[in-house]
Amino acid sequence: MVPLSWYLILSAILFTLGVLGFLIKRNIITIFMSIELMLNAVNLTFVAFANYWNAHPAKLASGAEVVPLSGHVFVFFVMVVAAAEAAVGLAIIISIYRTRSTLNVDQVNLLKL
Amino acid sequence: MIHQVLFIFFGVICVVGAINLLAQRHPINSALSLVLVMSSLAMIYLLLGAEFVAAVQVIVYAGAIMVLFVFVIMLLNAGAEERGPGGRVALMLGIPAVIVLVGTIAWTLISRSQQFGEVKISPSDFGATSNIAHLLFTDFLLPFEITSVLILIAIMGAVVLGKKEG
Repeated sequence: MVPLSWYLILSAILFTLGVLGFLIKRNIITIFMSIELMLNAVNLTFVAFANYWNAHPAKLASGAEVVPLSGHVFVFFVMVVAAAEAAVGLAIIISIYRTRSTLNVDQVNLLKL
Repeated sequence: MIHQVLFIFFGVICVVGAINLLAQRHPINSALSLVLVMSSLAMIYLLLGAEFVAAVQVIVYAGAIMVLFVFVIMLLNAGAEERGPGGRVALMLGIPAVIVLVGTIAWTLISRSQQFGEVKISPSDFGATSNIAHLLFTDFLLPFEITSVLILIAIMGAVVLGKKEG
């Protein structure tokens, strides 16, 4: 028996560590990894609430049933988007490195390639 | 009891891995810390009864996405990151801001803990693959099909960006 709030606090800690990484890291690849960390933290919240609504069936204000398993489906979609984002983002990083020969974000201050 | 022990064990591994991700200066060390975070998150998903999500977490996140990251780090021969004056300012402003943010969220959640209730390990097949597949191919069929278009566009975008003369 673990309170639901523990899971939410763990998720909040991971998310804010991701935000901190986004702010303090100078390497563009590590900044990208911080974004993945934030996505994972949000996934944990989805899964925790799916489990919670499964144990506590409820109705929405509109009268519709809450479908607890849709939390898992949303995690699945988040993973798909994260995979697509990683593919495009890393391609952009390679393209930046090819023209600038650096991965330091302080030296990448133009959108133009 | 065993649930709490397992949660605290994997939760601590998660947080330590995330802190190590920030503390390491070489990106390959950060990437391996992120693999650790994602693997222990998969264990926490198992505690929550999400079997399918745990398996996908290991295969897609800790496997495919992190292999892509490590591949790019190796390809670009990324060295240790340089620290400039901007980084120090971000560190001085960022750490107190993050502590305040975590403190506020944690205080809010703990003070309303009674309204949330508790999470139990249940023997039901709640997060089983067949249940998720049923939902995915009935209620969420249109979003599911649209993600295939998204993936196709992402592949084409990656190929165009990765070409020698883009």
